Amino acid sequence: MKYNLKYRQFNERSILIEWPSIIDENMLQDIQNFKNVLFNNYIKLKVDIISTYNSILINYMSTIEDIYDEIIHLKTIYSGIESRSSIKFKLWEVPVCYDDEFGIDLEILSITKSLSKPEIIQRHSQQIYTVFFIGFLPGFLYLGGLHESLYLDRKKSPNLDIKKGAVGIGGNQTGIYPQNSPGGWHIIGNSPINFFDLKNEKPCFAKAGDKIKFQPISKDEHFLILKDIESNSYKPKCISI
Amino acid sequence: MKVKVIKSGLLSTIQDLGRFGYRDLGVPVCGAMDTNSAQLSNRLLNNNKDDAVLEMTMIGPKLQFDMHSQIAITGADMSPMLNGEAIKNNKVYNIKQEDILEFGSIKSGLRAYLAIKGGFITDSILGSRSYYMPMTSANTIKGDDFLPAISFNNDLERTISFSKLKTIDFFSKTLNVFKGPEFDSLNQYQKEKIISSEFEVSNLYSRMAYQLSPLIENDLQSILTGPVLPGTVQLTPSGRLIVLMRDCQTTGGYPRVLQLAEDAINLLSQKKERDKVNFRIAEL
Repeated sequence: MKYNLKYRQFNERSILIEWPSIIDENMLQDIQNFKNVLFNNYIKLKVDIISTYNSILINYMSTIEDIYDEIIHLKTIYSGIESRSSIKFKLWEVPVCYDDEFGIDLEILSITKSLSKPEIIQRHSQQIYTVFFIGFLPGFLYLGGLHESLYLDRKKSPNLDIKKGAVGIGGNQTGIYPQNSPGGWHIIGNSPINFFDLKNEKPCFAKAGDKIKFQPISKDEHFLILKDIESNSYKPKCISI
Repeated sequence: MKVKVIKSGLLSTIQDLGRFGYRDLGVPVCGAMDTNSAQLSNRLLNNNKDDAVLEMTMIGPKLQFDMHSQIAITGADMSPMLNGEAIKNNKVYNIKQEDILEFGSIKSGLRAYLAIKGGFITDSILGSRSYYMPMTSANTIKGDDFLPAISFNNDLERTISFSKLKTIDFFSKTLNVFKGPEFDSLNQYQKEKIISSEFEVSNLYSRMAYQLSPLIENDLQSILTGPVLPGTVQLTPSGRLIVLMRDCQTTGGYPRVLQLAEDAINLLSQKKERDKVNFRIAEL
């Protein structure tokens, strides 16, 4: 399906393309197709692209000479895209330890939602989540698919000291902090793996459109995976293609 | 060959034109806050425009060179001294081994740039030397750091004269802006207030963002998290205008009411707490 897109210049060297203001997996596919084609089309003339739920922002290396020409060019590229995707998406298994040591806000969530801790863990880890985009911090995945019974407004004032790997819930979203950071989400566990690793040619193993499943692990397993990561012998687990 | 850091100054970071091409992984672009001054320092030395320079904030560092080279300082006037003698901004100086560069009180602007012949050659990560943790292992230079650079036989090079280069007036208050994607969600009164008010830089200003006072009362809905850039002006539900700067995150959920032009980002970078600014809407 083709969408009616809005194009507008954002600053001297960038153009914002907007889809309807909704969160939708078919639209995600369309956005990622367009983004990929753009990256391929602009291999020589380097561009930097930010994609989100309903937008693409193309940043050019230099000032846009003729905005009308450039927008017509982009529209032509979009209309030429086959609507069936050629991008291969992956399903990743992400280990998470939901022990109280890491899940510092599990108690609050359990009381507010009248759910036992095992119920929360079960509902959080049974879902298959979709990566809509990466933003906020290097390697921070915006995930869709949180079980409705776990929705919880973010904290009034942020926690200034959230640990790397913390798994949180904020509103209708869930995600993993890829580095130590301030943040306003309720923390329910910790993943020992790296979501942004400069040692790899692709610093993020997951990309927009991929799926994520959380695998509950014990504190011991968490510790062992950390050891494997230190010695470079851990690879993120892809459970299907 | 290297430059030894004797004192770090308040916030001194290595910067180039930033990390380009990784924002879809959430990597901020970073780079010199006042790109115009940073590029000017490189041009004075006939360096490449993306060579790394030292960005210094308010209180400069104390540095010692262990080689011959050339340097140029641009941007804020922080009363630079070479071996105890006052030197000027926007001019090329020859450096000998053992020379000491230090800074005094700040006379104008906020951020000064030190370029060295051939640029600082600290680690390049994802195509840039710009300091930003965890891309680089440090956020600022520290005492006893060594900043690698090349040595340069400084008798031969002909340098560009200052009169050919464009500088910005750091005392100017006017920021050129474009309408942001959510500008038209504002009502007429709010639009006029934003365009006609004088704003003051609050005590929260950094390489990531500048917050401005007074507040603009509004009931704008937050947007679906969308792309933001350095220079994007967000309006929070509490009425705060937040101008995102070079180290800003790649996406945000507050309405984007304005977008600073490139020259306005450079100018705002030279402003500090209590400095006044106003917006002038320009057409793209």
